Amino acid sequence: MAVVSQTVVREAVVTEDPILVFDNVRLAFAGVKAIDGVTFAVGRRELFAIIGPNGAGKTSIFNVLSGVYRPQSGRVLFDGVDIVGKRPHRIAAAGMARTFQNVELFANLTVLDNLMLGRHTHLRYGTFSAIAWWGRARREELAARAAVEDIVDFLELAPWRRLPVGLLPYGVQKRVELGRALAMKPKLLLLDEPVGGMNLEETEDMARYILDIRDELNIPIILVEHDMGLVMDLADRVMVVDFGVQIATGIPAEIQNNPDVIRAYLGEVQRA
Amino acid sequence: MSGTKLSGRPMLYTSYASEMALLNTTTKKVMVGLLLVFGAAAPFIFPDAGGAGDSPLDINLQLLANACIAAIGAIGLGLVTGYAGQVSLGHAFFLGIGAYTAAVISGTDRTGRLVGYGVDEILIWLPAAGIVAAIAGIIVAPLATRLRGLYLAIVTLGLVFIGEHFFKELTNISGGTNIGRPAPTATLFGVRLDVTDPNFSRDQKLYWLAFVLLVIFALAARNLARSRVGRAFNAIRDRDIAAGVMGVNLARYKTVAFAVSSFYAGCCGALFFIVSGFFVPEAFNLELSVLFIAMVLVGGAGTISGAILGAFFFTLLRPVTRALPEYVPFISDVSSESPNVFQLETVLYGALIIVFLIFEPRGLFGIWLRIRNYWKAWPFSY
Repeated sequence: MAVVSQTVVREAVVTEDPILVFDNVRLAFAGVKAIDGVTFAVGRRELFAIIGPNGAGKTSIFNVLSGVYRPQSGRVLFDGVDIVGKRPHRIAAAGMARTFQNVELFANLTVLDNLMLGRHTHLRYGTFSAIAWWGRARREELAARAAVEDIVDFLELAPWRRLPVGLLPYGVQKRVELGRALAMKPKLLLLDEPVGGMNLEETEDMARYILDIRDELNIPIILVEHDMGLVMDLADRVMVVDFGVQIATGIPAEIQNNPDVIRAYLGEVQRA
Repeated sequence: MSGTKLSGRPMLYTSYASEMALLNTTTKKVMVGLLLVFGAAAPFIFPDAGGAGDSPLDINLQLLANACIAAIGAIGLGLVTGYAGQVSLGHAFFLGIGAYTAAVISGTDRTGRLVGYGVDEILIWLPAAGIVAAIAGIIVAPLATRLRGLYLAIVTLGLVFIGEHFFKELTNISGGTNIGRPAPTATLFGVRLDVTDPNFSRDQKLYWLAFVLLVIFALAARNLARSRVGRAFNAIRDRDIAAGVMGVNLARYKTVAFAVSSFYAGCCGALFFIVSGFFVPEAFNLELSVLFIAMVLVGGAGTISGAILGAFFFTLLRPVTRALPEYVPFISDVSSESPNVFQLETVLYGALIIVFLIFEPRGLFGIWLRIRNYWKAWPFSY
C-alpha cells in the first residue's frame, strides 16, 4: 500500500535524528488519566500536529513539554536530554518556546516589551549591570532591540509596536504571542490553537506565518489545533489522541481515513 | 549619544540607542532638567520658615528632605509591589532593620545603655543599613516564592508585628518604648551634615543629601525597571506561569525583587530620622507600612515617578492635616483625645487608597498622563 509506506518512510527519517522524543508518558490527576502512555517523536524539519476532541489531553501534553506539569512516568527527550522534572524556565532556556490556548500575554506591557521578554533567556547581564545600564547591559539590550525588530517585520506588527497588548484586537494578540515565542529563537515551537477564535482572513494569515516559520526560519513546530482544514493542509504528520490515549499517528491523508479516528470524532457507528 | 534626532519630527528615531534612552523626548529632557535645577536650588528658594540665631530650623526644607527620603522607600516598595506584583505589608519592618543598623554603627555609647560603634561616615552606615535589610529581604523571599496575593500580604504583615516586638524589647539597641535613641549622625567625607556651619545651615545640608540620594536611587531603580530584570518583574506580576515558560526564573526574580526593595527600605529607614534626630521603636508599626502602600498606590503603582509623587504627596499632606485642629474645632491635636488629628490621618490614608483605586487606579501619575495626553492631542479631543 502506497499510503502506509509514506508514513513509514517519514517515521524512519524522524527517528534517525529527532528534536523531541515523547516516550510512554503517563500523567494522572487523582483518578483522571490525562495522558496515558503517549509516545511520539518529532523531526528537526517537521510540522507535527496533535488533534483530538476537547479534553483529550492535547494541552496537557504541552504542559508536560514546557514543564508546567510533571508526569508520573515516561521520558521526554528534548534534543537528546531528558527534561522531565526540570522547571519551566530551564526548559525555555534549553530552547523550547510555546504559545497558549488562551492568550497569555503580559497585558500591561507594550508589544515591544512583550517581544523583549522573549529575549530574556538570551540576555545574560545581571542585576548590578542593569542598575548601572552601562557596558554589557546596554550593549545586550540594544542587540535584543534590533533582534526584536526583525520579528516585528516578520509578523508585520509595526503599527502596534508601542501599544500595550491589552488594547489590541484578539487576532493581533495571537500574533504578538507567536512573536514572543519566536523572539526566544527556539529549537522547537509549540503552538496551542494558534487560529482558535479567528476569522477566515486571520486564519489564512496565521497559516502563512506558520509555514514561513518552518520553511524560512527552519524551526520545527508542534501544533495543537481544532481547525481540521488547517491541520490537514499544513501538517507533515498528525497524531490523534482521545481520553489521553494515542489513537493514530501518520500523514494527514491516512489519518483522515482511519476508522478509529472517525469513531473518536463522530462516535460509534450503530450496527443493526 | 550615537544617533542624531531630526528636529521637529516627534517619535522619529534614527537609532535604537536614542529610542531606548531614558529621556527620549525633548520634553522629558527639559522637564527633568528643570526639576533637577529646582531641586538643587530649593535651599535658596525657600525662606527660613522658623527658628533663628544659632539654631536656624527651616521647616520647609525639613519637609522636602523628609519627602525625598520617603520617596526612596516608596520607590523600593514600588519595585516589589508595583513592578513585581508581590504585595508586601512588611515595609516598616525593613525600614526598622535599616534604621537600627545605621543607628548602631553610627551611635556612640555615652551611658553604656545603648550599643553604638561611633562610625559616623554616611558612606559606611548607609550601604550597611541597605545590605542588612536586603539580607533580611532575601531571608523572607522564599515565602514569596510559595505564597501569592493575599497570603503573602498576611505573612509580611506578621513581619511587622514580629519586628515591632523585637525593636521594643531589645532596649540596648532601640532604647526601648517611649525612650528611643538618637538617629545616625550624618558625616560625609568627614564633614558633619547635621550641624550648622558658617556656610550652610543643617537643614540645607541634610536636604541636599536627601535630594542627591533620591536622584541616585531613582535613576538606579529606573534603569533596573527598564532592564531584563524589570521586565521579568512585570512578567511575574501579570502572568507568572507564562513568565516561567518564557524563561523567567520565578524564584530568583522574586528574591531579587525583595532584596532590592528591602535595600531601598533599609536605606530609607537609616535616613528617615536624620532630620528629626531621634526615633522610637513604635515608629515601625503597621501604620508606617500602610503609609508606604498608600504612597505607591496613590502615586501610581508600577512607575518610579509615581512612587516619588506619592511620597511627596503624603509628606506634604502632613502639615496640612496637622494644621486642621486650628480651623476645625472638634478635631483635637492631642493623641489622648478623640477624634484627634492622628486618627484622621490614618482614616485619610485609607480613604485616599480607596478613592484612587476606584477612580484612578494609575494614581497621580495616571492623572498626569491624562493631562499630558489631553495637551498632546489639543485642540482635538482624541
